Amino acid sequence: MREFAYQRAHDTAGAVALLGADPQARFLGGGTNLVDLMKTGVERPARLVDVRALPLDRIEPTRDGGLRIGATVTNGDLAAHPEVRRRYPALAQAVLAGASGQLRNMATVGGNLLQRTRCGYFTDVTQPCNKRVPGSGCPAIEGEHHNHAILGASGHCVAVHPSDMGVALAAFDAVVTYETADGPGELPLADLYLPVGDTPHLETALPAGALITGVTLPPAPVAAVSRYRKVRERASYAFAIGSVAAALDVRDGTVHDVRLALGAVASRPWRARAAERALRGAPADAGTFAAAADAELAAAEPLPHNGYKVTLMRNLVVAVLTELAEEAAR
Amino acid sequence: MAPAPTSTSSAVTLHVNGEKYPLSVDHRTTLLDALRERLDLTGTKKGCDQGQCGACTVLIDGRRAVACLQLAVAAEGREITTVEGLAEGERLHPVQQAFLDLDGYQCGYCTPGQICSAVAVIEEHAAGWPSAVTGDVRPEAGVPPLTAEEIRERMSGNLCRCGAYVNIVEAVARAAGARAARTGGSAA
Repeated sequence: MREFAYQRAHDTAGAVALLGADPQARFLGGGTNLVDLMKTGVERPARLVDVRALPLDRIEPTRDGGLRIGATVTNGDLAAHPEVRRRYPALAQAVLAGASGQLRNMATVGGNLLQRTRCGYFTDVTQPCNKRVPGSGCPAIEGEHHNHAILGASGHCVAVHPSDMGVALAAFDAVVTYETADGPGELPLADLYLPVGDTPHLETALPAGALITGVTLPPAPVAAVSRYRKVRERASYAFAIGSVAAALDVRDGTVHDVRLALGAVASRPWRARAAERALRGAPADAGTFAAAADAELAAAEPLPHNGYKVTLMRNLVVAVLTELAEEAAR
Repeated sequence: MAPAPTSTSSAVTLHVNGEKYPLSVDHRTTLLDALRERLDLTGTKKGCDQGQCGACTVLIDGRRAVACLQLAVAAEGREITTVEGLAEGERLHPVQQAFLDLDGYQCGYCTPGQICSAVAVIEEHAAGWPSAVTGDVRPEAGVPPLTAEEIRERMSGNLCRCGAYVNIVEAVARAAGARAARTGGSAA
């Protein structure tokens, strides 16, 4: 591992200033991804600015009925919080579906959003990777890609974003707030991640040196009946091969409101807006649910070894919406 | 502002099992290596060294964490408890005793991590934390019983290559039940 300087920041402005003073500095949150990547040489920062002691560890209701989640709240505390579990149960479920109890106690909300892909070519510095070394190529396209993207990828990168939490946040229209040397800013989560295109190494729309300070969830009564379901290759403690976060409000047998997002299918949490359009105002039945899934997956471009994901995601969407419709009818 | 310091090591004081340990650490040092190589607290084991096996599980400020991904310099000021700090004198922690009584191990290498993790699992459950197998996570649904399925999910961050899981689950259940009996709570 490369040697590095270390400083602990005590306020947000100080953290941003410390990072800005060194172009090779990185923020350190829980370290569950960054420290691992430093050990393997994927990340080689000259300086770490530890932001874990910043006063951003609160979860608070907003005046309009939403929730404000600080960037240094741990995944463990997020999933345990009564208001998260009451108002956005799919968010608590998504967080609980990720990693292990130990890692959830370390990992932070801000770090979760900025974690890197687990594509095996990205994490192996002996391999080419356009995300790690721009222009070096993408061996995954011709190689091992059974868990790679089916939506929104490009000929330059087919990696998926690994977050479970982010899928639920995408479904519930989360807004990411950040601080820069020029002041604060915010971005809808839907706009946080850049399209892959021919620049897979450019991952987010955050200004250079920005520190994520938190996530704001707008009020969403529909989220009270919501669910996260994750499919993986073992029963626990593994990344998704596909996941769904969904919320459904059914009135008189008709879909009144819906939120739907898909995980492990793209370079970002994938908000399924085409499916949502097909669902709103339609009968809440299996035929509608299947048609909605097909509407979203019509854009899928599977690779030779991940075509199963199209079928998996279709079945997953139908199953989760069916369960939610049954729950709503009770 | 003053130029940013470039030193790649720091003087820190680690708080481990109620003792204070001042030492100088290269910033690259993980808490795991500091415990084992600098403080001679070798109860905490190094398995994968990449956050995937749980052998290095310790408690930091009462919460379980993997010491292999925790930088020692970033642990300054936090209360660290290792497997060496669980017993009270000669009296083993109830989780340690349950692992002994129920043979919750074979080779023993993952055991310190399993035990530290189990101590925290029982506290998390007592605090009402749901898990990925909890059917209804809403607080109104109440605390789920600590069934074998719940224990298996909550302990999934601790791998045992001997496959002693059956007895580990029983040991965790027994220790949880004993805690509940002591406090008047309910584990099942």
